[in-house]
Amino acid sequence: MSLREFSPTELKYHVENLLSRYVHCLDDDQLEIWPTLFTEKCLYRLIARENTDRNLSLAALFCDSRPMLTDRVVSLRHANIYERHSYRHIISSLIITDVKSDEVSASSHYAVFRTGTNGATELYQTGRYDDLIATENGEWLFRQKIVTFDTGRIDSLLATPI
Amino acid sequence: MSNLHPNQNSTWPVRADGFAVPYEVFLDPQLYAREQALIFGGAAWSFVGLTAEIPSAGDFKATQIGATPVIVTRDEHGVVSVMLNRCAHRGALVCREPRGNVRRLQCVYHQWNYDLRGRLRGVPFRGGFNGKGGMPANFELDTHNLQVLRVEVLHGLIFATASRTVESLEKYLGPMIVSSIARICGDRQLEVLGDQRQYMHGNWKLYAENTRDPYHASLLHLFHNTFGLYRSTQAGACLMDDTHRHTMLYAKASTSDETVDREVYKDVRSYASQFKLSDPSLLAGRSEFDDGITLVIMSIFPNLVIQQIANTLAVRQINTYGPNEFELVWTHFGYTDDDAEMRGIRLKQANLIGPAGLVSMEDGEAVDIVQKAIAGTMGASYLGMGGGKAEDAEHLVTESAIVGFWENYQSYLGLNV
Repeated sequence: MSLREFSPTELKYHVENLLSRYVHCLDDDQLEIWPTLFTEKCLYRLIARENTDRNLSLAALFCDSRPMLTDRVVSLRHANIYERHSYRHIISSLIITDVKSDEVSASSHYAVFRTGTNGATELYQTGRYDDLIATENGEWLFRQKIVTFDTGRIDSLLATPI
Repeated sequence: MSNLHPNQNSTWPVRADGFAVPYEVFLDPQLYAREQALIFGGAAWSFVGLTAEIPSAGDFKATQIGATPVIVTRDEHGVVSVMLNRCAHRGALVCREPRGNVRRLQCVYHQWNYDLRGRLRGVPFRGGFNGKGGMPANFELDTHNLQVLRVEVLHGLIFATASRTVESLEKYLGPMIVSSIARICGDRQLEVLGDQRQYMHGNWKLYAENTRDPYHASLLHLFHNTFGLYRSTQAGACLMDDTHRHTMLYAKASTSDETVDREVYKDVRSYASQFKLSDPSLLAGRSEFDDGITLVIMSIFPNLVIQQIANTLAVRQINTYGPNEFELVWTHFGYTDDDAEMRGIRLKQANLIGPAGLVSMEDGEAVDIVQKAIAGTMGASYLGMGGGKAEDAEHLVTESAIVGFWENYQSYLGLNV
């Protein structure tokens, strides 16, 4: 079924639903779900706006396959040392920018609040999502997710994906 | 109030079984102010950028030396200048953008404007209006230039100093560091891939210690160890220049014995042989240097680290914001003649380093947990690995270069020990 057959309201519903599932798994310590929201061949790039503004492609995180996303999660679970923390993502201003027969382009804004072990919650990062979303076996998945962050000054470190 | 001040009875602790560092050096605002004057503003060459960041006439970059804002420019003759980012009039920032391209540098406050070498070229209402106001008759433009620093460029790396007396950059670095820079930056034109900025809640010298410390690298960083990017059992060395300002730490992957390593690291959390990558493309790199060295961490006093980890190349600049705060600016680079695949390898391996790096994110945590733990204390740390003396080591189980760093630091600050 071509994605063009969905009404704008239906498309927005499906995209919002995927975005919500995305932030719920990141914010509620279900990182293992995170890779499953992407297609097998995919692109995830977390990049500072100050680099994209200079046409530079260096990213903070850059994964071009679902297994690479899985590796990141395994590394966070078993390898890396960082302060235990949790996020709350707040997403707003979703727009559908393009609809092709096999993928939808969507952009939205986010703010991430981080809570550390001392219980203080701080605004950690703001930015935008530019997503290409496709369906596979009836499931809505990210084919590409470009996360461009305004907060060029990363506070201490960035462990959990945005 | 610190006791570590010159002309007073020093309380720098001394111990027979190694070297001690009093924690107040990471906390004391007075020492921080003295570092700004005697190190960042004193007889030391600080890194301010790569020539590849300002390739064209009129390009500028605003950065810092320690806490002090500076501007790096390239003029129409290709000359690179470094000057304080502070208007000679009333002290406002002249460049308010991090980068750009301009014909003149102009302060917005009263529109004093300077050429790209910092020379004052124009002052509005200099002659007053209708015979009233204006500058004094003896006002001379060329006595109100921006404060220009000494500049030297070595293999595309720009260094500056406010000191008129410090030796030439080459002498300051010493032959070992000069040739190590040439190895990475000497033959080929650098190409900037992008920046990463990491704000650390700790004293800048904790990072100076961290990058002179081969002991921690295979213990804190599991990724290094598990994938053999770095292990203390590898062939390598930790060398200093004659003054012990700078350190060159290098290792050669695949020089240790996997069976021996398994035994050495068997009780160590950071050796996780069951951890495999499901997409090994992350570590599929290329051999780049004939000498077999696969990891270099070069710490150049006071504010620069040059790194080669696998195929990632980067300079890390330390900018200070107070005794408890500094920012690390990572500028990743490759070479202009890299082929597309090589550029792709560097961009993918960038996942290893920087604030989100699978290898290096832990250094942010290491700085943080020391700074948290020493709050309010008058204690001291202990450096003993490798003998606790400032000596070169042809191995990687040592903290000797950290001792060298501190002895050099004591001499800069005039701390009698």
